[in-house]
Amino acid sequence: MMELRAVCKKFGQTQALFPTDLTIFRGKTTVLIGPSGCGKSTILRLMIGLIWPDSGSVTVDGVTIQPANVLEMRRRMGYVIQDGGLFSHLTAGANVTLMARYLGWSRQRIDARLAELADLTQFPGQGLARFPLQLSGGQRQRISLMRALMLDPDVLLLDEPLGALDPMIRTELQVDLRRIFQTLAKTVVLVTHDLAEAGFFGDQIVLCKEGRIVQQGPLAELIETPADPFVTRFVRAQRLTLAYEKQKTEPGREHPEGKS
Amino acid sequence: MRRFLSVIGLVITCSSGGFIFAQNKPPLSVRIGSKFFTESVILGEIIAQLLRHNGVEAIHKQGLGGTTFLWENLQNGSIDIYPEYTGTITQELLKCQGIAGEDAIRNALDLRQIKMSRPLGFNDTYAIGMPESLAREKGIRTISDLRNHPDLKFGFTNEFLNRGDGWLSLKDRYELPQRDVRGMEHALAYQAMQAGAIQATDLYTTDPEISYYDLRVLQDDKKHFPAYYAVLLYRADLEERAPDVVKTILQLEGRISRAAILEMNAKAKPKSGERISEARLAADFLSENPFFFKPDESGEFLAPPEMNLIKRLLILTWQHLLLVASSLVAAVLVSVPLGVLAYRRPAFGQFILGGVGIIQTIPSLALLVLLIPLLKDIGTDYPPAIAALFLYSLLPIVRNTYTGLREIAVPIRESAEALGLPARARLWLVELPLASPAVLAGIKTSAVINVGTATLGGLIGAGGYGEPIFTGIRLNNSAITMEGAIPAALMALAVQGLFELAERAVVPRGLRLRPS
Repeated sequence: MMELRAVCKKFGQTQALFPTDLTIFRGKTTVLIGPSGCGKSTILRLMIGLIWPDSGSVTVDGVTIQPANVLEMRRRMGYVIQDGGLFSHLTAGANVTLMARYLGWSRQRIDARLAELADLTQFPGQGLARFPLQLSGGQRQRISLMRALMLDPDVLLLDEPLGALDPMIRTELQVDLRRIFQTLAKTVVLVTHDLAEAGFFGDQIVLCKEGRIVQQGPLAELIETPADPFVTRFVRAQRLTLAYEKQKTEPGREHPEGKS
Repeated sequence: MRRFLSVIGLVITCSSGGFIFAQNKPPLSVRIGSKFFTESVILGEIIAQLLRHNGVEAIHKQGLGGTTFLWENLQNGSIDIYPEYTGTITQELLKCQGIAGEDAIRNALDLRQIKMSRPLGFNDTYAIGMPESLAREKGIRTISDLRNHPDLKFGFTNEFLNRGDGWLSLKDRYELPQRDVRGMEHALAYQAMQAGAIQATDLYTTDPEISYYDLRVLQDDKKHFPAYYAVLLYRADLEERAPDVVKTILQLEGRISRAAILEMNAKAKPKSGERISEARLAADFLSENPFFFKPDESGEFLAPPEMNLIKRLLILTWQHLLLVASSLVAAVLVSVPLGVLAYRRPAFGQFILGGVGIIQTIPSLALLVLLIPLLKDIGTDYPPAIAALFLYSLLPIVRNTYTGLREIAVPIRESAEALGLPARARLWLVELPLASPAVLAGIKTSAVINVGTATLGGLIGAGGYGEPIFTGIRLNNSAITMEGAIPAALMALAVQGLFELAERAVVPRGLRLRPS
């Protein structure tokens, strides 16, 4: 269980996050959603200690994240960002195994874990020897996910992981991601600005606006009992896309293999 | 990376070997300096050979630079002896003191622990010269006549422009109206005059160019220029350290006539045909003057054997490489950590970048003059040259390291952080490899610039391609200049090529790809 307790964050003069409480439940997928600048990415970056709260605390299973324990805490989380954030000087495989090699894992253990992850993410084995610049956007995200999962973390944090992909590959990866989340039953926090994606992944949806949480609950609750006119506006604005995406991801519809 | 490090290791080993070699001087050695013109080099060579003939280890640092440079070096002990002119001593070295007469000069020099010999036998004073044809056409015979031709352009040595009896006082004395006056190297002034870019220049009265270029020496009708008797200046401590040395060099007093020096100057800088080296001329001069033989000795003065071009080039190349490689290796070892520090501590970083930037603005000759007294205990040739090159190499490497690290995209940097890698591991495993193309480009820039700048070594006796370049300029002999200039250009190209190869070894393959 992860908790934000009265967390505040300012960037210069901008209040990125007003005092905020948030609970992330173990084994569930929580989606942070809202328009740009609403504070959803800030919450994610606070959770993995890339930035520090001005006041309040972030705890994981009761332990507060602090500079002194942040390296340890980060190793229990996986972090995936929009463009993958891969290191272009390393091969795909070396990107995935960097941290394990740093920690001195044995060759056999690393190879076994790599094979397991390639299988899970359906990443072709021979692609591991290629460099990030030789991979397609979808492949890069699969590698990024493998890297995040390498140490078998308790928590997965994903910041718009599919944001930079073209629609077909995006849909394909959405299906794969949900399958992976369900298989692993990890605590997942995913940031998106797309309500369809939020509904597709999220057990719990947290809607943010201008540095505050406006409403949280299942998608149905947001649609049926909006807490605030903004929720209604946000849902309405995304309805059309929602219907369209739903149609696209209906079972029986094939998505062509993404390659380039 | 390992391959690259082993290359660096080899270079360090070689260059430190060179240091030991350079420092391994026998206990009693006398260092003679000479100025950056032929007559001074000939006189320096005569002193050196005379001493060697008498069993003294004599090192002649040829063509070291201008008066101030030698005077500083003599006072701080970088050199022990150098040939000077009385007029320069009174007008320049002791200019504020209104000194006239030999005794007054000696007293003033004594205060600085410097001794002066009696005149060597000729007077090489300043004069103003212009092409004979032009002088005849305009009817100019004396310096006073220049008053009627305000549109003439003058090119003077920088030294003449600034010295006590130089252009400013000459202009006042003769009330000269000319405004177009520029500073240039003595040897270049003759060429400029031939090309018509200037119409008059300052001369020394023993210059062989006076006849080569058919120049008219304008009469100093107001007796402006003082006498410039050639003398030897040497450190007073030489009299205790090596009394025999002093006794030996003083044998030259009154022994070099104006005719003799004019002939030697002419043979060293012939207008056409084969030039004779200063060393050879000095040996011949000493051999032909029986006075210099010790009574019990029958051997001849021998000039050091002249090397063929290949051997000469090999030595120059080795010296040049030594200067470039050792300064570059030191610069890399210092600059990369400085660049990292600047990146890690941005406030301090501005200070570092500002500092290395300021070094870059110091003119190279000025930097050498600053460094020589600081490093004179280690040596006055290689150490200051290497230190100067080292300092000039800092900026490109520091800046590129800093920029290369700074330009790593924030998401990439944060991805490394989010993995849970500590700062040091992030630097080595992610940030430096990603910045390596920029770092290597900085080192390449420094190396190529260094190959060019290292020619300055020729001015302070550190050898390298600068030696023939400056000798060629001094002798107005472009063939000799090319001996240094062509290999220097080739070396710059080779360095460029070498770094392109190094890029394959050092820069990770993933960074050299084009997106597919």
